[in-house]
Amino acid sequence: MSNEKIINLTVNGASVQFIAPSHRTLLEALRHEGFVEIKCGCEKGDCGACAVLMDGEPIDSCLTLAWHADGHEVVTIKGLGDKGNADPLQKAFIDTGASQCGYCTPGMIIAAKALLKENPDPSLDDIKRGLSGNLCRCTGYTRIFEAVEVAAAEMRGETQEGEAA
Amino acid sequence: MSTPDLTTPNAIANVNLRQVGKAKPRNDAPTKVYGKAVYAGDFYMENMLFAKVLHSDRASANIRGIDTSAAKALSGVHCVLTAEDLGDLNRVMTDLPGQAGGGTKNTKQPILADDCVRFCGEPLALVAAESYEIAQSALDLIVVDWEDTEGVYDKFESQKPGAFNVYGDDNIVAAYKIRKGDIDKGFEDADYILENTFSSQYQEQAFLEPEAAVAWVDEHEVLNIRSSTQVVEHFRAVADALGLPHNKVHLTAPYVGGGFGGKEVMTIEVWLALLAMETKRPVKLIQTRENSFISHGPRHPFTFTHKTGVTKDGKITAMKIKVTSDAGAYAKLSPYILLYATVGATGPYRVDNLWIDSTSAATNNIPTCAYRGFGTMQANTACEAQMEEIANLIGMDSLDLRRQNFIQTGDPNTTGQIIRSAVWSDKCATQAKAALGDKEDNTDHLAYGHGIACYQQSYGRIRWMKDTSESWVGMEMDGTVIVRCAVTDIGAGQMSALAQIAGEVLGVPMSEVTVYFGDGHVNPLAGTSTASRALYMSGKATELASVAVRENVLTCMAKHFDVSVGELDLADGRVFVLDNPERGMTVKEMIKLCAAEGVHRHNLAIYRAPPSEGLDPETGQGEVFPDFTYGAHAAKVSVDVDTGEVTVIKSVGAHDVGQSINLRAVEGQIEGSALMGQGFALSEELILEKGVLKNGSFSEYLIPTSEDVPEIECIVLESRSGLGPFGSKGIGEPVFSPVAASIVNAVADAIGTRIFHLPLTPEKVLAAINEKKMKQAAE
Ligand code: FES
Ligand code: FES
Repeated sequence: MSNEKIINLTVNGASVQFIAPSHRTLLEALRHEGFVEIKCGCEKGDCGACAVLMDGEPIDSCLTLAWHADGHEVVTIKGLGDKGNADPLQKAFIDTGASQCGYCTPGMIIAAKALLKENPDPSLDDIKRGLSGNLCRCTGYTRIFEAVEVAAAEMRGETQEGEAA
Repeated sequence: MSTPDLTTPNAIANVNLRQVGKAKPRNDAPTKVYGKAVYAGDFYMENMLFAKVLHSDRASANIRGIDTSAAKALSGVHCVLTAEDLGDLNRVMTDLPGQAGGGTKNTKQPILADDCVRFCGEPLALVAAESYEIAQSALDLIVVDWEDTEGVYDKFESQKPGAFNVYGDDNIVAAYKIRKGDIDKGFEDADYILENTFSSQYQEQAFLEPEAAVAWVDEHEVLNIRSSTQVVEHFRAVADALGLPHNKVHLTAPYVGGGFGGKEVMTIEVWLALLAMETKRPVKLIQTRENSFISHGPRHPFTFTHKTGVTKDGKITAMKIKVTSDAGAYAKLSPYILLYATVGATGPYRVDNLWIDSTSAATNNIPTCAYRGFGTMQANTACEAQMEEIANLIGMDSLDLRRQNFIQTGDPNTTGQIIRSAVWSDKCATQAKAALGDKEDNTDHLAYGHGIACYQQSYGRIRWMKDTSESWVGMEMDGTVIVRCAVTDIGAGQMSALAQIAGEVLGVPMSEVTVYFGDGHVNPLAGTSTASRALYMSGKATELASVAVRENVLTCMAKHFDVSVGELDLADGRVFVLDNPERGMTVKEMIKLCAAEGVHRHNLAIYRAPPSEGLDPETGQGEVFPDFTYGAHAAKVSVDVDTGEVTVIKSVGAHDVGQSINLRAVEGQIEGSALMGQGFALSEELILEKGVLKNGSFSEYLIPTSEDVPEIECIVLESRSGLGPFGSKGIGEPVFSPVAASIVNAVADAIGTRIFHLPLTPEKVLAAINEKKMKQAAE
């Protein structure tokens, strides 16, 4: 194919290089490179399962062309933390039971991360609005809200590390 | 190992609950939250091909021919299959998931449409290629020579003589009747008789993970399939369809991204099996969301006509109910779902004079199938609406009316089965209703309403299926615990609950128990994660195996400490003498001693659900289910009288769960149900026009979002009277069953009139408000 291009970007701090045609989405390209922690629920921008941070901003990777990510910094759920250095949101999701089947979880935590960066002390309505692009069919969202509140409090230094509400 | 005693609670003596019943982080949570959990579509294999499926875009048509030559000629295409290539093999059993076929007629479905298509979405051709893009291009090159046929799209039309034939001779997929007591006398004894018809719509499961699988043939000539399924026992149906021995098909399920019944019947597994056998290469398929909407069966639309006789004191004297469901183009599980709706048609009430006729009719609509609640939920929604209408008619509080009629322990249900476990309907309804608080005063623009609904929902599969579940529990030489049980984990915490049960019995924290799940060729088969049976059945087997191991090691320890087994306990990684806890040792030391004595530190247990032999075909009497869960849901809504928009303000679930295993997981089921039921009541509806789906995407089919979430309260009661581990009952479907009904009743309370067809969209609500206004003006 003629309109292919070498794309260089960083994912979770490491540089990644691949060849992509112009129509390939960032979601397809990154999953093909093994970043399968980015989930795909619709490929249409309707569900938020594919959310990643690009230069700190949340995007639906299914609506972003791989070419547009050339030279940018992408962070996935795995870039936020792991056992031992977990993000407060990850800890709170575990403690509150905010993840059931877990398929919405990577995108949901990315959306929550972006929300808390914008607004470290969100009201319940702020959280509902901030997560409205991310569908979850299992949890009824309530524990997700609780997890965001718990993590926000911890990030503001109001609770002990790991303490669940 | 023995048949359970149905009359007594089965909580384990001598195990003091330290973990069970507590709200615990689940064992599967960290891997999901750190982004490490690998789902079926995340697997990659060297040399892998990618598959696409051509689905029919018409609902009823003859196929004169399919030309795949251009698709086959495309570079990068390795295989194109149509019905012609499959020949005699082109049938798969869709009946009795996991058991490879049961008794209902015509439940073998073509894998690929042969001489005709019967619904829009029916698969026509399979392609495997070097990439999805090439596979998609190949699909675009396939030419089908069609001849459109008339079709039938209405479940009542399809039963009329001369209707377009979809299925069998008469389009009747299944029918049941119940005849009990003296129906004529029952109506004679009534002071009031009320007749109403209720109907409900298609609902899509909308699990977030679309169907996905990878299939390959390994070096032992075993066909492997790693799939997003609720039922690993489908290996049998795959093997039968391909003419392979059962032991040459290996089906595993990693974490499943939601099921809700939509991954209960086989979905894409057999397609991948065919492509992998044909190409001798690994093949992967991930359904697009649009194709997912048409590749599993949504919830059946039902119509219920209720005629109820009642005394002025609120005692029901007779019920005559007609039940009709739209099975769509293939039977799938429609006969069973109809049976559930038939048994559930009377809700949680005792009705001695009863007449029910139920029918499931074939149409050229999308085949409907299993979905959380499985017919009982639709039946219950209708019954609970009728109860409110009766209460209005006779001028009685609707909860008092229910109290007059609740089925009680020891009573016979619809089919004459005696209820053995606790029935706490009254307790649950009273608490749920109280949790709503006082009713707000209406404003000029907002009308407030409160609604409640109760239910009776079975857990466990139909008893004549003779359901079993097995689990293996063992203690390693360092004292750690392993559970091997092929239960599929579809997101409700199936795996984690087994860790909690084994950890409780063997005295180690659940987080340290390793559970191997979802692989039925390495682990003992647990049966399906359906019918609210996974925890009941696999949890019970795990409890039995854990207790056997505990007895073995404690017998050895009793000798060591020179006490009786009953004087010992196992907890927090230690064995100790109960009245002198200092006397003891670590589990690790204990296991060393046990091993030196040759004590058996493992156990394989089987749990058998109580069997039965089916229903009398004339009266519909007999034992259908192992047991039932009871409870209530209450909802507070506001209705914008100018726009018809309904807002759920508070949603309360109160349920007797028998015994919660993980309280947090129980609450998670109640909360998830609250939103899924809200979607069913207010917004969700698949729109089919002459069988063609018009809103098959998440932008057109609206499931509740974070902005629709009301205040949710969970009230969890524990009678310890269930058949499951520690006296638990099934909850996955039960806690969902009354949600929509409570919201529908709250809306009727708010606007003072009832809408008989779901969902309650703003247009319908506004029309009902206006109609009522006009009636009032006319009076
Ligand atoms: S997959 Fe990107 S929004 Fe759904
Ligand atoms: S946890 Fe299953 S979709 Fe959110």
